[in-house]
Amino acid sequence: MSAHTVHAMRFSVGDRVKVASRLALGHCRTPWYLRGRSGIVASIQGAYHDPERLAYHKPGLPLQTLYKIRFLQTDLWPAYPGPTDDHLEADIYDDWLESVP
Amino acid sequence: MMHEDHDHADHSHDHAHGPGHVHPPQKDHDAGPMSAYEVLEEAVRSLLIDKGVLTSDEISAQIDLMDSRTPALGAKVVARAWVDPAFKARLLADTRAALLEMDIDIGSLAEFRTIENTADTHNVVVCTLCSCYPKLLLGIPPAWYKSLAYRSRVVVDPRGVLAEFGVHLPKGTEVRVHDSTADLRYLILPRRPEGTDGWSEEQLAGLVTRDAMIGTAVPEAERKEAAE
Repeated sequence: MSAHTVHAMRFSVGDRVKVASRLALGHCRTPWYLRGRSGIVASIQGAYHDPERLAYHKPGLPLQTLYKIRFLQTDLWPAYPGPTDDHLEADIYDDWLESVP
Repeated sequence: MMHEDHDHADHSHDHAHGPGHVHPPQKDHDAGPMSAYEVLEEAVRSLLIDKGVLTSDEISAQIDLMDSRTPALGAKVVARAWVDPAFKARLLADTRAALLEMDIDIGSLAEFRTIENTADTHNVVVCTLCSCYPKLLLGIPPAWYKSLAYRSRVVVDPRGVLAEFGVHLPKGTEVRVHDSTADLRYLILPRRPEGTDGWSEEQLAGLVTRDAMIGTAVPEAERKEAAE
């Protein structure tokens, strides 16, 4: 968290978003099981250095807004054995998120 | 999840334990050839020492510091939140600032968030990508927290995994899994057990286990009474 430039904050709490289903070479903090899945922005966690650049001794700039995304378990796992209102949350960086119309 | 005498992580346990039944002994950590990562770690460590970037004393001191951190610190924070509603509100709103009030300085470590268990929602933490963990407050994570079994199963079937830990939740309680994928470390603030009115902060801290702060256990007042 500093005075560095930050990518424009594209999403607000409550927005429906989708995690990109692209491939990434090397270090990446977006789990496979969430790629292509849709959820809701539960909170905005602040701006952080981009781990995909930071891991290779780059400054990790511009900073990425980090969002806590809330997924319905039944959206992640069709055979989810628990109740339909169980959730999973994960922290996803801005450039991995797409808006859902 | 585990017997006290031996570890059954490598096989299912549907067989009988008759006389003469022998389990394979648990392997020592240093048994067998070194893995590629162990070789790499040793090579990099030796180079850093040889080139004067680090001294072995500094490495030992850092290991001692990591070993000195235990879940007792997290338990103190939880107990404070249980007895002081204003502190709890600050802890939930800004964990870094609230911890500083207790002279616990996150410093340049990854940012913390505190998540409160309620009657409606039970929370549990995992790091599916590696083993992110609030070490400052809980110390070194248990081996199971880093295991592929926990990391892969708790996201798919959290209620099943929690049941194996002895936590059985009613259907009406939402289970929320927190995958700490990025720059934040999560501390679970468990619910204060019934029957603890008037307990001191120290007594309450004694009820707060490491697993309760991960979300794989629920503190109980009986535990304390049984121990006394």
